[in-house]
Amino acid sequence: MSNEVNPNIHSTETSHADLHDEHHVHHHKETFITKYVFSQDHKMIAKQFLATGIIWAIIGGLFSVLFRLQLGYPDETFPILETFFGRNAEGGRIQPEFYYSLVTMHGTVLIFFVLTAGLSGTFANFLIPLQIGARDMASPFLNMLSYWFFFAASVVMLSSLFVQTGPASGGWTVYPPLSALGQASEGSKIGMDLWLISMALFVVSSLLGGLNYITTILNMRTKGMSMTRMPLTIWALFFTAVLGVLSFPVLLSGFILLLFDRHLGTSFYLSDIYVNGQILPNEGGSAILYQHLFWFLGHPEVYIIALPAMGLTSEILSVNSRKPIFGYMAMIGSLFAITILAFLVWAHHMFVTGLNPFLGSVFVLLTLLIAVPSAIKVFNWLTTIWRGNIRFTPATLFAIGFVSVFISGGLTGIFLGNSTIDIHLHDTKFVVAHFHLVMGVSSMFGMLAGIYHWFPKMFGRYMNNTLGYIHFWVTITGAYLIFWPMHYEGLAGVPRRYLDLSGWTSFNQFTELNKFITIVSIVVFAVQLMFVFNYFYSMFKGRKLTTTNPWGANTLEWTTPINPGHGNWTGEIPEVHRWPYDYSKDGREFIPQTEKVGEDESQH
Amino acid sequence: MISDVKLNYSDAVAGEKKSKKIHPHKFTMWVAIGSMIMMFAGLTSAYVVKSGQATWQEIRIPELFWYSTIAILLSSVTIRLSLRNFKAREMQKYRLLIAVTFALGVLFIVLQYLGFQQMWASGITLSGSGAGQFIYVIAGFHALHVLGGIVALLIIFIKAFIGKTKTYSSLPIEIAGTYWHFVDALWIYLMIFFILIG
Repeated sequence: MSNEVNPNIHSTETSHADLHDEHHVHHHKETFITKYVFSQDHKMIAKQFLATGIIWAIIGGLFSVLFRLQLGYPDETFPILETFFGRNAEGGRIQPEFYYSLVTMHGTVLIFFVLTAGLSGTFANFLIPLQIGARDMASPFLNMLSYWFFFAASVVMLSSLFVQTGPASGGWTVYPPLSALGQASEGSKIGMDLWLISMALFVVSSLLGGLNYITTILNMRTKGMSMTRMPLTIWALFFTAVLGVLSFPVLLSGFILLLFDRHLGTSFYLSDIYVNGQILPNEGGSAILYQHLFWFLGHPEVYIIALPAMGLTSEILSVNSRKPIFGYMAMIGSLFAITILAFLVWAHHMFVTGLNPFLGSVFVLLTLLIAVPSAIKVFNWLTTIWRGNIRFTPATLFAIGFVSVFISGGLTGIFLGNSTIDIHLHDTKFVVAHFHLVMGVSSMFGMLAGIYHWFPKMFGRYMNNTLGYIHFWVTITGAYLIFWPMHYEGLAGVPRRYLDLSGWTSFNQFTELNKFITIVSIVVFAVQLMFVFNYFYSMFKGRKLTTTNPWGANTLEWTTPINPGHGNWTGEIPEVHRWPYDYSKDGREFIPQTEKVGEDESQH
Repeated sequence: MISDVKLNYSDAVAGEKKSKKIHPHKFTMWVAIGSMIMMFAGLTSAYVVKSGQATWQEIRIPELFWYSTIAILLSSVTIRLSLRNFKAREMQKYRLLIAVTFALGVLFIVLQYLGFQQMWASGITLSGSGAGQFIYVIAGFHALHVLGGIVALLIIFIKAFIGKTKTYSSLPIEIAGTYWHFVDALWIYLMIFFILIG
């Protein structure tokens, strides 16, 4: 049925008429439970991912602000810290062990629960069926399971915050032997088990999601939607899913072996250990083995976080500069190259962990190669907006901000990717600054750009623009003010994951700088809360949409009614006749994908 | 105007069948198989890395594993035949073959369990280091995957007997069959791997 040609559906008049017909899709019975809780509608699942992601972002962000308070003012006591953390911050001062738990949870929450599930989960679910012209995912049921596994993972992770011995510590990478031995630290007791269980559930969620994304993109495209007519968002989400499906299982096998070491007396990772005056019987294990398994996911994970942001940015920049994306095929090629290279560079996280230095040099070469596709993408974004007729919506600003911090953070990657320079820089604040800019802040910018841009499609209302502008300018200024100085600290040798640096007199020079960073991070966090307010307020009170295509975009999601029901299109699924980037062509501002190529139209 | 989304969705799927495209659910299974291959590749490459270490202890594969191999190989044949009979609408034979496949799957799990007991009794436990620990984990996880297939078969089996509506779609049994062949092939790979590298 969907494959039949119906010329009427392509005209915009028809989609306006569809507005009044949207009730037709609700004819089958939908209860509150099936519509809002156990929904199989990809759009509702996307919103569930987003809402859960936002809650996690507040928790994870709050952790960083609270420990930043202590980092900036190591001698002060803050009653608020005791309010939040109880005896872990007795007398208003964070315990050093608990600080380690806090950074662990901050990392875990933001990397996995916000920037993986919150970002991919939201936009892959929301945009894939809408932009390729499908009624829903290949398997709506698996899609629903994907969210509920994520929810279960969230519940377990959240509960680990409240156990007596505290949540997992040891960093988000949970390296053994520290993470394998309960007697080694408080955070390696029940908190670590909950962490591993939660992450196992999370992996299942990601896999179920990823299977669906790949299958849907390859099998469910509407007529005329060839692979090279897909928007770059879809290409990016496709490669993201491929990365996840191939790398998360390896992480899972690493975690399984870790659980065996923890509870069943195996020695996969443990050898010759002496802890608390006691010699352990384990021998023959290799801690490096865990690192290999972990980073085989860990590095692709960086791109699982970054690629969706790249895709969203490409689309938003093209739409809002009213220009076709520059180098469409080069964009796809560079996404592909990044995907391949992502699997070949994991050992650059292990330069100083006892890896063979000759092996290290191979990984240096492969790591530096990633600069090539990354640079291609950056140049293409810049040439896309170059001389464009740019509409500076909050989404555009965040997309430009993404490009900015991606460049700044990417350049320091060249430093860290060299194994010799890494000897000096590893485990310093330089690394913290690098990855926060290049993947943390930049992906968060991509996600925020996406939220501002597709909010009207999600809820049929606009977000408040003024608050959006304040949000952007404070956030980008704050991001640079927080992380730029950290590079200097790192170059001077300030280690990461240390609560108190007062033992080193040479680091006293950074006392005031640390206070400054803390104050800025509080301001930036406050502005994020303002964004959350804007999000939820606009959901109910925002300005209503009066047109189906508010941004004048070419892609298919804007041919659906303002509030599409389950099934997206009320009539037949539209057919696609052209690529999605015909902006400012032949004297026309934009030509939707559903419009046939004219007789005398010039080739793009 | 379309009033039921599900109807329309299945129409879209039917439309794709005509164009000889692979059914999305089947394709999903293939991608999932790719993902499972990565998991076992992770485990077996960990095995390879560790087998190079000084304290590595080799072990002998318990004999029962050979019998379990025969059981799972046979079950692959029976599930293949049951699909053929389903397509030919030989429902009596189909039910019998599905039941046999199911029984062979259970037999496989039992034999694996007994094999583990044999290994454990011969002094190969989880302590120390060497191939033994890995075999418990890897073969154990493989058995879990077979168990998943058994559950899927059980559902199809129950449907075949007490289902009130007649089903003509061979899709569920085809997908289950693909999965079943996969866990079979995976086990053959693991056996060869244990023998060659162990």
